[in-house]
Amino acid sequence: MGAAVIVKDLKKTFNLRHSHSLKETLVWLVKGRKGDLTKRFDALHDVSFEIQPGETVALLGFNGSGKSTLLKLISGVILPDKGTVRTKGRVAGLIEVGAGFHPDLSGRENVFLNAAILGMTEQEINEKFEEIVAFSEIEQFIDTEVKFYSSGMFLRLAFAVAVHTQPDIFLVDEILAVGDEPFQRKCLAKIKQLSDEGRTLVVVSHDLDMISRICDRGVVLSSGTVQFEGPADQAVAWLRERN
Amino acid sequence: MATSTDTYAVPGVGAGLLDVYRRRYLLKLIVRKELRVRYRGSVLGLAWSYVKPLVQYVVLFFALGIVLRVGDQIPNYALYMFSGVIVINFFSEAFSNATRSIVSNAALVKKIYLPRELFPVASVWVAAVHFLPQLVVLLAAALLTGWHPDVLQLIGAALGFVIVAVTATGLGLLAGAINVFFRDAENIVDMLMMIVTWTSPVLYDWTMIRRLAPEWVLVIYQLNPITVAVELFHWAFWYPTVNRPVELPPHLMWTGLLGLGMAALFLIIGQLVFRRLEGHFAQEV
Repeated sequence: MGAAVIVKDLKKTFNLRHSHSLKETLVWLVKGRKGDLTKRFDALHDVSFEIQPGETVALLGFNGSGKSTLLKLISGVILPDKGTVRTKGRVAGLIEVGAGFHPDLSGRENVFLNAAILGMTEQEINEKFEEIVAFSEIEQFIDTEVKFYSSGMFLRLAFAVAVHTQPDIFLVDEILAVGDEPFQRKCLAKIKQLSDEGRTLVVVSHDLDMISRICDRGVVLSSGTVQFEGPADQAVAWLRERN
Repeated sequence: MATSTDTYAVPGVGAGLLDVYRRRYLLKLIVRKELRVRYRGSVLGLAWSYVKPLVQYVVLFFALGIVLRVGDQIPNYALYMFSGVIVINFFSEAFSNATRSIVSNAALVKKIYLPRELFPVASVWVAAVHFLPQLVVLLAAALLTGWHPDVLQLIGAALGFVIVAVTATGLGLLAGAINVFFRDAENIVDMLMMIVTWTSPVLYDWTMIRRLAPEWVLVIYQLNPITVAVELFHWAFWYPTVNRPVELPPHLMWTGLLGLGMAALFLIIGQLVFRRLEGHFAQEV
């Protein structure tokens, strides 16, 4: 059995300035593409690592170190400029809780829509629907439009959908900060359960205590490169030293 | 250890329109969402899409047919015009919404990978749902004026519908992808939609073009898949109600197939350009 995620020599560059008019671009083209139309910024370079099936891996680093970019590359939202990403099995990316939720639809409709977006089939959703709603604990509001939800209710429902999509690889970006403490505990228990079922988890978080509790391994990023790779508590310690 | 590399997937690289077919359940939900959101908080809801074409029909009937007497050379002018107008309505709604579809779903495009072709395709579906009430109005008007089509004409109408849907999908993919980088695209498309009513025989008939323009212009004019679809609709819905001799364009079924070919070409070009640009959607939108 090979790795679940293989990241090799990854490089990602972003344009710093996006808004050009057609006019500007035409002028630039007519002048023979002289100079760079945009400034560029390397968000990631020379990043390589592997994640084994069933592992729970944390991506660590300060703001702007490239963690979220890396997660987006693994999920396929953006494509690398150089290098390769390979994944095995179904990937569900929770880059942001509730992306894909529409405020004008009811909770029920949003569960179906969002679960389908995350790759579930109609049959799977029907089977899991009750479970999702029960997990979110908002049964009595499920037919209310989401725009009337409190932020807590919204996050609960969104998280409930995401953890029930049963991906082989689950990408989680800073979403464990959802809800009140009892709900957070429930989420962590669910995450543990997913990992015990042999699913691969890739977690981005700034909650270092939580990471050392639930993750097996940590990959520390800084200025777009891997600075440290090892057991989660060592990775956390490494990062704290430089704080 | 033997690793079977063939089981590995490259994230973010899909199979294009084929993926849309594979995830048709999601497509259905997106179409339903669009329709729900469009008519949120309105009492009449989808019934609006019956009222609007009906009003449009009545207005055109009185303004052009009775007041301006445009239709004196064309028998049953109101029906002639309306069977073309609904083709144009379908095309312009599908095309202009597909053009905006990627940008207006930016929140999703940026955060979650899914086949992005879903959005333009969903726009075309939504337009098709809105096309249905217009077709009902057209059929009612046709039946009132003694409509008795044959099977071939009905096939022609279906072909016309497919031509418009495929053309709108292809051009929508193309313009939708470009619109991510240059928002100028949606303005250009809006402008084209103003022109498209007049580059097809909607308010006049094709013999006027033949009279005015040289042969090669007429050929180009008739290669336009929208023109082909409009003529097929005339043939199916208007022609059977006419009781004096009128001249239809020759070989309608053949031009229909040619139009389908043109539509397929647009679809291929649209898909290819879309795939070229798709990789940058999330970071540019």
